[in-house]
Amino acid sequence: MKRIKFETIVDHSILILGSLIMILPVVMLLQMASTTDLETMRNGPGLVFGDQIPINFEKAMFEASGFSGENTGLSMLYNSLILGFGFAIGKIVIGMMAAYAIVYFRLKFATMAFWIIFTTLLLPLEVRILPSYEIVQKLGMLNTYQGLIIPLIASATATFFFRQFFRSVPEELIEAARIDGAGPIKFFIDILVPLSRTMIAAMFIIMFVYGWNQYLWPTMITTDEGMFTLVRGIKQITQTLEGTNLPEYGKSNILQIIAILPPVLIVIFFQSWFVKGLTESDK
Amino acid sequence: MKRAGFSTRWLPILLLLPQLSIILIFFYWPAAHAVKSSFYLQDPFGFGETFVGMKNYTSLLKSSAYLRSAQFTVIFTLLVTILSLSLALLLAVKADKVIKGAKAYRTLLMWVYAVAPPVAGVIGLVLFDQTWGPLKDFFGLFGWDFRLGVNYFDTAFAMVVVSVWKQLPVNFIFFLSGLQSIPKSVREAALIDNRSASGRFWDVTFPLLAPTAFFLLIINITYALFDTFGIIDTVVKGEPSNNPMTLVYRVYVDGFRGNDLGGSSAQSVVLMVLVLALTVFQFRMVERRIHYT
Repeated sequence: MKRIKFETIVDHSILILGSLIMILPVVMLLQMASTTDLETMRNGPGLVFGDQIPINFEKAMFEASGFSGENTGLSMLYNSLILGFGFAIGKIVIGMMAAYAIVYFRLKFATMAFWIIFTTLLLPLEVRILPSYEIVQKLGMLNTYQGLIIPLIASATATFFFRQFFRSVPEELIEAARIDGAGPIKFFIDILVPLSRTMIAAMFIIMFVYGWNQYLWPTMITTDEGMFTLVRGIKQITQTLEGTNLPEYGKSNILQIIAILPPVLIVIFFQSWFVKGLTESDK
Repeated sequence: MKRAGFSTRWLPILLLLPQLSIILIFFYWPAAHAVKSSFYLQDPFGFGETFVGMKNYTSLLKSSAYLRSAQFTVIFTLLVTILSLSLALLLAVKADKVIKGAKAYRTLLMWVYAVAPPVAGVIGLVLFDQTWGPLKDFFGLFGWDFRLGVNYFDTAFAMVVVSVWKQLPVNFIFFLSGLQSIPKSVREAALIDNRSASGRFWDVTFPLLAPTAFFLLIINITYALFDTFGIIDTVVKGEPSNNPMTLVYRVYVDGFRGNDLGGSSAQSVVLMVLVLALTVFQFRMVERRIHYT
């Protein structure tokens, strides 16, 4: 038998400890969601799982929190999906079009367009949050999906990413395409888009997670409970835990789990694309 | 631009139009608006505004609450950045080294990337709960009477812990991919030259990781400044009162809750200048940094 080196044991212990620190807090939420609210209120998180998950799940999905009775877990899940998909698709489509124009066309104002677009990388939405709110209000887009999604798209991360990728595509491709008589639109749809498949997938994962997890902007822009996303709803959910006789911990914790489940699953299952997109987008 | 680019006139303009119009309406307009309103004093009921020059800025600098936030933001940013970078580096080095279970560790250490900041904040609320919070109980063993939301220091401590937890995966992913891109030949040469593992790390691996680390430094500073909003908002339960808050959180509190548009705009402009300075610094450093490939 091989002697296991002391050093290997230390390495694994550190990694296991790290993994536990990452997992245990979420397991704790799940455990709290599996017991009765009374149990949670008395003892908090424990070591034994209960059997209340189905009951709490039903409450979370179909019972509204808040005053208007419109924000059930189901409606918030629906809004989160629209925000996640709408943001990711919008950003990718608009970014690819702009990157294509910048990289593949002889344009007089290409440099200017480049700078106009890439300055947006410098200032995150958070620093111009109030004026953005005022403008969305002026345009009458409060409590709409457009108002939720479009201002978030106003930054050039995807454009920058696709620009980098298009520049690495061999020059010969476009020459060959031109010799074969392919116009710019045909070249884009038949050659460039299929070639970018992996990049699109990687970008989609990152953008979906980013859009889904938005908190500040949805908090400001949606006041109508029917428009709440899961992440936006969390604040209201935690606030209803205060000052009630028997706070609905089970329901709240299930909603937290539902709020993190889709992005977490996507990141785990499409790990290699995700890592590729993340580490290559920021170069 | 590609040498053999197309020369169609109207198509590129059409392609750029959606991106440019969104940016003009939702980026440049609000940014310009912020700069403009920072020089005005708005009537709280919406009846006009008066030009006050630099007054919004000077009153910011005189406000002890604002300076307190600025001070907290600096300390908070430093702590979050240093702690999450060093812990992630340790884990990445170990994950790069082990053979068994490497893939499982990688997954386990990175999935928290997808957890929304406010959910991380809620986890903090549970861990430090006044009645039964497990970490509160743990600190109680050492005689630390932890009071989240009441004691300034304790609340700040909880914010740092949660923010580091949430940021670890990003740093881990970048460090691991940086480590894996170090050529095998370099590692083997180092192995021959230097017998001690820690010596090899500091003399060979660490300098090779320096570009990644520098890039991550900027990413972490922006994270601590902006993306921790959701964590802070949930940890203080939307009621900041005397609790610590970052500058970004204050823009929201003063402007959105307090209805002080001019003051909040001035704060926005200060933040814009800060981010611009940070980016310029980053570009200058990137130019100067050594490439090893």
